[in-house]
Amino acid sequence: MRLLVKGAGVAGLTAAFELAARGAAVTIAETRHGLGGNASWMAGGMLAPWCERESAEQPVLDLGRDAADWWDAVLPGHITRAGTLVLALPRDAGELDRFASRTSGHRRVDEDEIALLEPDLAGRFRRGLFFPGEAHLDPRRAMAALHEKLAESGVEFRFGVDARHIAGFERDIDCMGMATGDERLRGVRGEMLILRTPDISLSRPVRLLHPRLQLYLAPRADHHFMAGATMVESLSTEPVTVRAMMELLNAAYSVHPAFGEAAIVETGVGIRPAFSDNLPRVEAHGRTVAINGLYRHGFLLAPAMARRAADLVFDSDKPVELADETDGQRRSA
Amino acid sequence: MIELYGTKLSSRLLLGTAQYPSPAILADAVKASCASAVTVSLRREMAGGKGGEKFWSLIQSLRLHVLPNTAGCHSVKEAVTTAKMAREVFGTNWIKLEVIGNHDTLQPDVFGLVEAARILCDDGFAVFPYTTDDLVVAERLLEAGCRVLMPWCAPIGSALGPVNITALRSMRGHFPDVPLIVDAGLGRPSHAALVMELGFDAVLLNTAVAKAADPIGMARAFGKAVDAGREAYRSGLLEPRDLAVPSTPTIGRAVFQ
Repeated sequence: MRLLVKGAGVAGLTAAFELAARGAAVTIAETRHGLGGNASWMAGGMLAPWCERESAEQPVLDLGRDAADWWDAVLPGHITRAGTLVLALPRDAGELDRFASRTSGHRRVDEDEIALLEPDLAGRFRRGLFFPGEAHLDPRRAMAALHEKLAESGVEFRFGVDARHIAGFERDIDCMGMATGDERLRGVRGEMLILRTPDISLSRPVRLLHPRLQLYLAPRADHHFMAGATMVESLSTEPVTVRAMMELLNAAYSVHPAFGEAAIVETGVGIRPAFSDNLPRVEAHGRTVAINGLYRHGFLLAPAMARRAADLVFDSDKPVELADETDGQRRSA
Repeated sequence: MIELYGTKLSSRLLLGTAQYPSPAILADAVKASCASAVTVSLRREMAGGKGGEKFWSLIQSLRLHVLPNTAGCHSVKEAVTTAKMAREVFGTNWIKLEVIGNHDTLQPDVFGLVEAARILCDDGFAVFPYTTDDLVVAERLLEAGCRVLMPWCAPIGSALGPVNITALRSMRGHFPDVPLIVDAGLGRPSHAALVMELGFDAVLLNTAVAKAADPIGMARAFGKAVDAGREAYRSGLLEPRDLAVPSTPTIGRAVFQ
């Protein structure tokens, strides 16, 4: 079967992998001239379905709990399974209780245990939550590695082409995010920073709870850290705002004052495609199977979506309607 | 039924639209609460009003009165600009006026608030000022042209409930004919019922519903509490007494003790 995957974000790359693994001849078409620049490129790369459940609905946990296994199997060595540490400043300590009551898969940690997990944070926080089952990856390295792996296995990449005008394939897999023009989608802007400092090291993503903001620091290789991410109901791709940058920098500085001396290596803005329930969908429309609405859960939910899309392509009789399932769960929640 | 700037609203509950898990849950929560109006922030949630059309059209599809707010504005100029932008985007002259004086507590800057209220009222806006429970500030806002006042009962998002009931009572007593909406600080349905029992005309809340484990259930609970509090107020509440009083007459006692 000859298939065209439109879009080389995390949805497109994972779908291409699942389809190729099942024997399809896959071509990926991407408007951009390389892997960068899309929402996936700006992602935090946290595989943290238990933490996300604080505000996301149950399907995010159900669909995301195996994501780390998928990435580990496909890209061995790219996944760090060290959990997530959730902290709050002393005056926001109540937020930890609220977060704990909304989530599962965690245990309370005290000052000593925080020091064992993250020696550089010793003495800075008295209480926290540790989610041992979570993992993280570097989205850019993971995408590059997946690209390489796919290319080696015979998947053809066409960069810098308008995927909407390519014909001659049996089925199309639409993974274009906002560019697909689905009227039901909205954009949720996220702003992020990449910081570099050799003065501090973290082994796992740290989330800092705050009554109004959701901020995290994800460690990357070579003393880099990704600080993210804002959530703004907007399609605007204007550069990061002063307020967003202040909030992100404040969060980093609150986690450890050593971030005060860090270099700001990059600021970025990405637009997350989201449906009104913030849950992803895999849908078949004629010859096209569409994966969209991954929202802030690209790396977390793309593997499950890719498998569903492959199921739809190879076994069209099998009903795959995520939307129905999730509606039911919301009402019964 | 309540009348605000000549518009009749069917419910005395107004809901904010920020911080929900998803727009779909927001929509379901608003329906479950039977709220008659929703507030929406142009600045804080939406990058200065650029590119948020999808979210706004979703708000407008709720078919309720939209009360845009100037959340996140720290100066008179910012608030006035945001109000004018909101008028264009939502086609309404209603504006919930917030001028924030402290980034941490989100306490209103009452001096800037009065100044901004004067400018906006003169410009034809129907101003709903987010203010403290201070009577003098309230008078200045009325002088500036406000016909509705929105005192806090505790800091925004604190969920503390009414921390100064005496001040709220006194506000109600001083302004018997001005619609008073308690805005900010409500954490539980019982808080909403309490301020409605004090005779406030409506309540506005956001965080207590949006951040509940089940926002839809919590929205419904607040809707009921607001109705209960209002009906209790209209029905005449029994004031507390120092003695236990039997609800059936005591027969055979010759003397009152």
